[in-house]
Amino acid sequence: MNIYKFYANGLYIVLDINSGAIHVVDKMTYDIMDVFDGSNDEEVLAAFAGQYAGSELTEVLGELHELIAAKKLFTPMLEVPLTFSQKPLVKSLCLHVAHDCNLRCGYCFAGTGDFGHDRGMMSKEVAEQAIEFIIKNSGPRINSEIDFFGGEPLMNMDTVRHAVAYVRRREIETGKKFKLTLTTNGVLLNDENTQFLNDNNISLVLSLDGRQAVHDNMRPFVNGQGSYDIVLKNEIKAIKSRNDENYFLRGTYTACNLDFAADVLDMADQGCTQLSVEPVVSKDSKYALTEEHLPKLFAEYDELAKVYLERKRNGQGFDFFHFNLDIDHGPCVAKRLSGCGAGHEYLAVTPEGDLYPCHQFVGREEFLLGNVADGVKNTELPNKFRQAHVLNKEECRECWARYYCGGGCHANADLFNKDIHQPYKIGCELQKKRLECAIMIQAVLTLESGK
Amino acid sequence: MAKHIITVNKASLQETVHTGGCGECQTSCQSACKTSCTVGNQVCKK
Repeated sequence: MNIYKFYANGLYIVLDINSGAIHVVDKMTYDIMDVFDGSNDEEVLAAFAGQYAGSELTEVLGELHELIAAKKLFTPMLEVPLTFSQKPLVKSLCLHVAHDCNLRCGYCFAGTGDFGHDRGMMSKEVAEQAIEFIIKNSGPRINSEIDFFGGEPLMNMDTVRHAVAYVRRREIETGKKFKLTLTTNGVLLNDENTQFLNDNNISLVLSLDGRQAVHDNMRPFVNGQGSYDIVLKNEIKAIKSRNDENYFLRGTYTACNLDFAADVLDMADQGCTQLSVEPVVSKDSKYALTEEHLPKLFAEYDELAKVYLERKRNGQGFDFFHFNLDIDHGPCVAKRLSGCGAGHEYLAVTPEGDLYPCHQFVGREEFLLGNVADGVKNTELPNKFRQAHVLNKEECRECWARYYCGGGCHANADLFNKDIHQPYKIGCELQKKRLECAIMIQAVLTLESGK
Repeated sequence: MAKHIITVNKASLQETVHTGGCGECQTSCQSACKTSCTVGNQVCKK
């Protein structure tokens, strides 16, 4: 497939998949694209003779041929140098500094923090070993990332503080630059912790599920009491203290709140502007998303996209992670095809220093790669992950969204299909819907800006 | 000026075939999602 067309929010849109060119067209051109293959003008003229005037059809065909000549329509499949098949370099680590949590979220893929094992904290020594591991294995790359994750990382602030000081010292000694992130449920986000995170330029991913009833239903304390009041207060204070910058307020929606657009807007109404709300990934639970839910979820994304545009226009805009799309200066093809990097560029580290392909694989023992103390021992798995890129997955190779989604989440593919080459279908459908919305939004904003 | 078609971007993925691949960009799942991979909204470090 080289062309994808869709109608959204009053716009007829044609995407030239292999160049990334986005064309807003009239209804006649949209119809013609059902027949036109780049070289069959006579067939087009015959097919639409009773529907559109011949002169108009000829005009459209002329414009389409101009786009073909400019390599913006029917652009052939790219010949891509497989830079991602070269020697693996690790550039990103997810440090599970605490395999314990002070919440008992219903949908937690980490088994409420312990990942199916004993609850435990990462020592300062293991954190140092992990940092040395990424420095050693990132080769000549300058930019690397570490995310402090859990469980709940603020339950082990001693190690977080130590690791941050250690990273900053090693940056000076090695010339590398580390982007640091911390993902927290917000319960322990007090003034002292917030000050430390702000002072050290650590990006925050703050969990909040939107409306209070939705949040409390899924994110209770150990005693069953809802966490919303405490979490919201702490997170809003932290966000204000960093001038509404360098964070994402992140939620999860489930079958219990299929009307999740209301949750996104509730988060925006709290004064937060950097938002990300994701579908839950779950099998066989009462809150799991199923294919029957998709029409409702698609309608929610459509509605959210409309309100998103309205609020941008009236000066009350917010950013929604999955609607962010740079249609002019996005990532290179190599990046788009290589995907998330789990298992070779991106690894997760448990409190004991064990290495897994990503945070979601932690606890799936067949995916244990090694330990930060003595490196990756299972060299077969990283190679398997590296080769599981878009062009090597049958379904992805023909998908219109192949240059945007990165081939989907390996952990979800393994969870649902026991094969990282077979993407998780519901995830794909939602991803494609979000991309349609994102492309439409960017098209509208560009048209309205008069560029 | 085209009457029936407006191209809203200047993207050319082909041009990045030879210029890209430096690997300095952020890991796509690391920042704000942690449950779904998206690369289209990543930022190029160059």
